Amino acid sequence: MPRINSASELEKLRQEIRKKRDPKKLSIALCSGTACLASGCESVNEAFESELSKQGLEAEIALRRTGCHGFCERGPLVVIYPEEICYTQVKPEDVPEIVQSAKEKKVIERLLYVDPVTGKKVKREPDIPFYKNQQRFVFGPNRWIDPRSIEDYLYIGGYGALSKALFEMSPDQVLEEVKKADLRGRGGGGFPAGKKWEETKSAPGETKYVIVNCDEGDPGAYMDRSLMEGNPHSVLEGLVIGAYAIGSHEGFIYVRQEYPVACTNIEWAIKQAEEYGLLGENILGSGFNFRVKVHRGAGAFVSGESSALMSAIEGKVGEPKLKYIHTAISGVKDRPSNLNNVETWANVPLIINKGSEWFRSIGSEGSKGTKIFSLVGKVNNTGLVEVPMGMTLRQIIYDIGGGIPKGKKFKGVQTGGPSGGIIPEQYLDTPIDFDELVKLGSMVGSGGMVVMDEETCMVDTARYFIDFCCEESCGKCIPCREGLRVLREILTDICEGRGKDGDIEAIEEVAEVMADASLCALGKTAANPVLTTLKYFGDEYEAHIKEKRCPAKVCSNLINYYIDPDKCEACMICLRNCPSEAIQGGKGLVHWIDQEKCTKCGICYQLCPPRFGAVVKLSGETIPAPTPGKTVVRKKGG
Amino acid sequence: MIGVSGIVNRVVDKHGRDKDMLIQILLDLQSGFGWLPREVLAGVRKELGIPLTRVYQVATFYKAFSFAPRGRHRIRVCMGTACQVRGAPLIRDRVQQVLGVEPGETSPDMKFSLETVNCLGCCAMGPVMTIGDEYHGHLTISDVEKTLDKCK
Amino acid sequence: METAITLEIDGKEVKAKEGATILEAAKEANIEIPTLCHHDKLAPYGACRICSVEVESGGRSQVVVACGYPVGKGIKVKTRSPRIDKIRKVILELIAPMLSDGGMGAVKRLAEEYKADVSRFMPRFRATPTRCILCGQCVRYCSEVVLLNAIGFVGRGTGRRVVFFPERASGYCSTCQECFSVCPTGKIGSETTGDVFSGFSIDDYLSGKMP
Repeated sequence: MPRINSASELEKLRQEIRKKRDPKKLSIALCSGTACLASGCESVNEAFESELSKQGLEAEIALRRTGCHGFCERGPLVVIYPEEICYTQVKPEDVPEIVQSAKEKKVIERLLYVDPVTGKKVKREPDIPFYKNQQRFVFGPNRWIDPRSIEDYLYIGGYGALSKALFEMSPDQVLEEVKKADLRGRGGGGFPAGKKWEETKSAPGETKYVIVNCDEGDPGAYMDRSLMEGNPHSVLEGLVIGAYAIGSHEGFIYVRQEYPVACTNIEWAIKQAEEYGLLGENILGSGFNFRVKVHRGAGAFVSGESSALMSAIEGKVGEPKLKYIHTAISGVKDRPSNLNNVETWANVPLIINKGSEWFRSIGSEGSKGTKIFSLVGKVNNTGLVEVPMGMTLRQIIYDIGGGIPKGKKFKGVQTGGPSGGIIPEQYLDTPIDFDELVKLGSMVGSGGMVVMDEETCMVDTARYFIDFCCEESCGKCIPCREGLRVLREILTDICEGRGKDGDIEAIEEVAEVMADASLCALGKTAANPVLTTLKYFGDEYEAHIKEKRCPAKVCSNLINYYIDPDKCEACMICLRNCPSEAIQGGKGLVHWIDQEKCTKCGICYQLCPPRFGAVVKLSGETIPAPTPGKTVVRKKGG
Repeated sequence: MIGVSGIVNRVVDKHGRDKDMLIQILLDLQSGFGWLPREVLAGVRKELGIPLTRVYQVATFYKAFSFAPRGRHRIRVCMGTACQVRGAPLIRDRVQQVLGVEPGETSPDMKFSLETVNCLGCCAMGPVMTIGDEYHGHLTISDVEKTLDKCK
Repeated sequence: METAITLEIDGKEVKAKEGATILEAAKEANIEIPTLCHHDKLAPYGACRICSVEVESGGRSQVVVACGYPVGKGIKVKTRSPRIDKIRKVILELIAPMLSDGGMGAVKRLAEEYKADVSRFMPRFRATPTRCILCGQCVRYCSEVVLLNAIGFVGRGTGRRVVFFPERASGYCSTCQECFSVCPTGKIGSETTGDVFSGFSIDDYLSGKMP
């Protein structure tokens, strides 16, 4: 592939690629994002390859493995173009029928998505309610491109923004455009990107670095993974544009090693971009040089913090730096370094192509543009959603997310990962906005949105986050390391029924000192989940401490499993499956649990047929004495 | 036949003998050997010309590195927030009960290693556990024993 | 000619060299700020956070560590305040259980001054007291002054430890022993009488034998 040496050569190549492809031609897209891979899309792919080869259709029907489409709850996803017919939960056995019906322009009804509200089947991917309410500017292109194909990216207009920036704009003009757009960091801090770029640009020193943060440590957040895996060129393009604006000629892309496909795909993208002259020396013949290196993380949440990440790039431990000087002025090797999140960089080509005015037309007053969220937990439509800032939590969770499964009641939504908080029902109409969520004691963070229902214990959730931070703290400073240790001990005690008076005050005092005196943001914000749960769910703490009761019936030390003798129909399922042989009874004899032997594994609760519902969890109540030898009174009518 | 020091040399060369690439070098060695034997770490110290304290400080700081060989089947139970909310702790407890090892341990017969991880990025399938490269999602407590049987 | 910066510490006007830290400036002006991880011969570390002070500049007030924050023209520093005193009190209460089997001596005076309840978190302390507050003075001294690198940090979080490396330690440490006096809690001196660092080598750590 000969290098592209000018803006006009790039457009010429793009036209050639477009001429070669007929948009009306039949093609099949198979979502190969991580969740679909985990659901078995590999074997679906093999089935397609074998079927197309068997029928000699490889030339006629293009099979494209794309990145994540976002509707992870319904994977493996297959989309037939040009009609955009979307099939969900596809199995290898379905493949021959799919190929046949695609050829005949027919639709397989049973594989279509059924809208649970209307009961109607939905044919086209964009019409599925999950997608309809989103604005997928950044994430949408994942559907159309094979991440390993730079030509796919060029086909949809890729690298046009880079060409425009290099040939039609000066570095200052690019910077101004990004500043005007008011793009705020998508990684957690929400800091204005343009401002950071400017600080780096004007910092003294010839050598400056630009860095992509793909460490994505918040558990439950996988937006960056899906962007990096599914559309690595969009991130690369944004990075080169930023480097041009700032005056940097060297960059780093830091990807956590737990994302091997993302690592591979970005390395592949870099190699291709270099071959095509879109990266490296004399990019597109413009005279601008920029090279980039991939660094893999090695398993530390704290290394997602800017200065810790830069330490890791220097081959050191991921400890945040002591210095009170912005990394934009003194970062990697004490040189000016501009670090931004994957999603932030991916927004840059859009801003250059469509302009800052367009970008500002989306979103709320203080937060412009869209944000990708991972909507997970107790929600019907789990997946990745991209919405304009300013959409409310309720709209996201109910209109897009489809609400809470199994008819359970909403309790809270956790945003901002271990640095964030849990927002209760009364604030569901809060617009998603960097500043609005901070007012509630949480934050937008990287975009993880974990929905919780009545069966989630808030004290246990606080303990979970503290546990997480204990594991992940670098351990350098006393307030964080020892503060987390104490918080963990207190919360564990509360969850296990050993809570005391004065515990809440101790938690609050330690949390205050952690926020004031810790070395970095991990320590300073680690207590947020505890503080917000205390604020909004204080009654649960009271119940645990004073009554030794867990209202959500989660904390094993505070619950007992009990078989209601009036409901038990002695079906023997729980008895046979109890790993500790703690269930007594027999055929026709009501079952009862020997509490001494019970290990609270939960299997009986899970296995008792819903039509009996005889196994219940008790907390803070006396367990009625068992009635051995009682016979079942079979109910009439089943 | 290339020995340990030869391999270390090759990896260090691949990364330009650059001290900044210590973590990348260790990742390659961990991937190749499956763990980081003492001789390998000593070799890295020598080839890069950095203090042994620095090599160990980095190797013990990051979770990717292990100092003992891992079991044949690597089992990872996801404890990310979404899986947590869907009951991952009970799954983990059941896995521990069935295998008889704690997270971070390897069974004495080297058949299994058990780890808990922070997020596997397939929250739609939670609770999730992986056995090697195979994902097992939508786990229920009673499924656990059968799922683990598959590879015993 | 070095520029002199004028700032205010506890209401007192203080002059300092450009590039000096608040801790250095305070010392010159005979204003005492407690430290646990600081050593004049070593680069500032910022681990203990007990030298935290309040700094007001440009209308904004923030808590920073005096050992690392550079002096600036016109900044107002408060080395004592309810907020600062609480920070120091809680830091002492947090490390007290780790020092409960001796080693409290060094910190006792500070605990009295800040009215720290040293037994506050003791009942809930589940680890083994190691007498080490991970201030890193020994590690940094051996690395930056002695240039030997016989002792280093391993692990992270509450699993972070200081260990000796026998390959480096043997032959040198028994005659050097400089880290003994640098250690604020006396832990190192209490662990060994010579060149046998039993129980605290890298091998002990990796084999899980270290508490």
